[in-house]
Amino acid sequence: MEKWDDNKAWFLVLPVFLVVAFSAIIPLMTVVNYSVQDIMAPGQGIFVGPEWYREVLHDPRLHEAFLRQLIYSFTVLAIEIPLGIAVALTLPSKGWKVSACLVLLALPLLIPWNVVGTIWVVFSRPDIGLAGVTINELLGIPYNYTADPMDSWLTVVIMDIWHWTPLVVLLCYAGLQAIPEAYYQAAKIDGASRWAVFRFIQLPKMRGVLMIAVLLRFMDSFMIYTEPFVLTGGGPGNSTTFLSQFLTKMAIGQFDLGPAAAFSLIYFLVILLLSYIFYTVITNLGKGVAK
Amino acid sequence: MSFSISKVDKRVGRETYLADIDLHLESGSQNVILGRTLAGKTTLLRIMAGLDRPSRGGIAENGKDVTGVSVRKRNVAMVYQQFVNYPSLSVFHNIASPLKLAGMAKADITARVGSVAAVLHIDHLLERLPQELSGGQQQRTAIARALVKDASLLLLDEPLVNLDYKLREELRTELRDIFSKRDSIVVYTTTEPSEALMLGGNLVVMHEGRVLQTGRAEEVYRCPASVTVAEILSDPPINVLRTRVDQTMAHLGDGLSVPLDGHLAGLAPGDYFFGVRSHHLFLHRQHPRDIELHARVELAEINGSETFIHMTYNGRPLVVQEEGVHQRRIDEAVSFFVRPRKFYIFDRDGALVRAPLFEDA
Repeated sequence: MEKWDDNKAWFLVLPVFLVVAFSAIIPLMTVVNYSVQDIMAPGQGIFVGPEWYREVLHDPRLHEAFLRQLIYSFTVLAIEIPLGIAVALTLPSKGWKVSACLVLLALPLLIPWNVVGTIWVVFSRPDIGLAGVTINELLGIPYNYTADPMDSWLTVVIMDIWHWTPLVVLLCYAGLQAIPEAYYQAAKIDGASRWAVFRFIQLPKMRGVLMIAVLLRFMDSFMIYTEPFVLTGGGPGNSTTFLSQFLTKMAIGQFDLGPAAAFSLIYFLVILLLSYIFYTVITNLGKGVAK
Repeated sequence: MSFSISKVDKRVGRETYLADIDLHLESGSQNVILGRTLAGKTTLLRIMAGLDRPSRGGIAENGKDVTGVSVRKRNVAMVYQQFVNYPSLSVFHNIASPLKLAGMAKADITARVGSVAAVLHIDHLLERLPQELSGGQQQRTAIARALVKDASLLLLDEPLVNLDYKLREELRTELRDIFSKRDSIVVYTTTEPSEALMLGGNLVVMHEGRVLQTGRAEEVYRCPASVTVAEILSDPPINVLRTRVDQTMAHLGDGLSVPLDGHLAGLAPGDYFFGVRSHHLFLHRQHPRDIELHARVELAEINGSETFIHMTYNGRPLVVQEEGVHQRRIDEAVSFFVRPRKFYIFDRDGALVRAPLFEDA
């Protein structure tokens, strides 16, 4: 029992405990606190139990935003991941061209998110934007992202692809560069086709980085806020109102702190759940193939 | 099948990787290429496999020129330093992959994979993925994949370097037996003299892109054509003493001389290098005719159950291999003994003039 006599060591844990408490637990509990109260004025709240949760979960506008968000995230993933892999495969593997390509690719990643939105505003305006004018005048296709929901939706998707595919490319490129030359030689000696090399060497060897890419892109796209806020403001109508914007409107626009807090927690849990599903699926994907 | 390489050069940019390589290999032969890193071993293997083209010269199979024939059309198999297996395929499918690509029937594949896996003792692991195996098992899988397709040319590029000592010993013995039962041409590269001698067969000694000597392993060991070959072929490298020979005596320096008799008889006067392997230097007199030399310990390293004592004698580094584990103080004066009959005699350019008699080598 001697070793339990001196408990001073517990004090060493205190700093970590305080940091975690202030950075994560207390803010989260504040949200939990708000989500179960009806706040009349600062310091005056009534306990309402799960009422806000019930209300938020039954809100048809939220259902729409949620569906829109899911479609958006999956569209973006379905394009960015294969495109990123394809671009990474075509990048040169040595020489000065490598640095040139990587710098060019990394440029969109260095631009602040609200600037990305602004760039696309200027780029796509049907009256003065390079893309807008080209599509309307030269191609003769009527395009107006501020008025047509489909145009607006497509513009946001393309903006995201432009902005984030480089991240997938960089990750995949790193994964590809880590494959020893001997693998390609062995495949050549076996007489494997280009497709077989991709399918049985490159893809499995990229699994780790692809998982990171999918998770990062999923979480980021699921929480997307700044770029559509600048570009479309969620419109026209609600056609580009994603979950974050919906939440912000609720919390700041309408000052419905209770429902907004309840919604935040639901939002958080949904991302956690979906990320977990992705992780499990990708981890098991490789194992399933072997059978 | 016979496989010959004639006058092959390989240059990349201004650098010469291989120069003037001539080799002739017969099927059923076991060939070990021994050379230090950067000797050009891997480059040579790649050219033999058809992965690279030589800058000059040609390669022929059964007298037919195959220099430009792509690796896909050649019947070769290769094992690498790294454990190269398809990551997402089970051991079975890994071994089966060359057969599948060759379009073999399913039942035949299963039988062939089973028998090769049994030879390499991985038949109980067929369902596993490579990442679930130990390093030794991964390399066994890679070797199985190379053996399964019955290639006429089987190339192994330092296959055991990345394994630990015990596994290496074990697999080396097994490989020797496996190779001896095959009638393909086996080419095995290594940097380790002991590995080369243990595998036996034909030995090709390479250095700086050139083949220095070829022959039966024991013969090359007994009669190294030059100082460089002798250095590459013994670990620690052979000791070389600068020696002056006059009409009657050989002068090793420090006033030490030996009479020119035995295999030294009749040496023309001049400057020579006398070589002696470190295990032929002793710290105690073994024979009345041993000569005694003096030097100071510069470093003593313990290697397994032996002690290597590094010294300088007459301006040249020297290593004595002492049985057993001993502590030596740095700068301690030691005297050591050598029998003149054990000397290899090289001329000033390093070419072998005389080797010790067979029973002394």
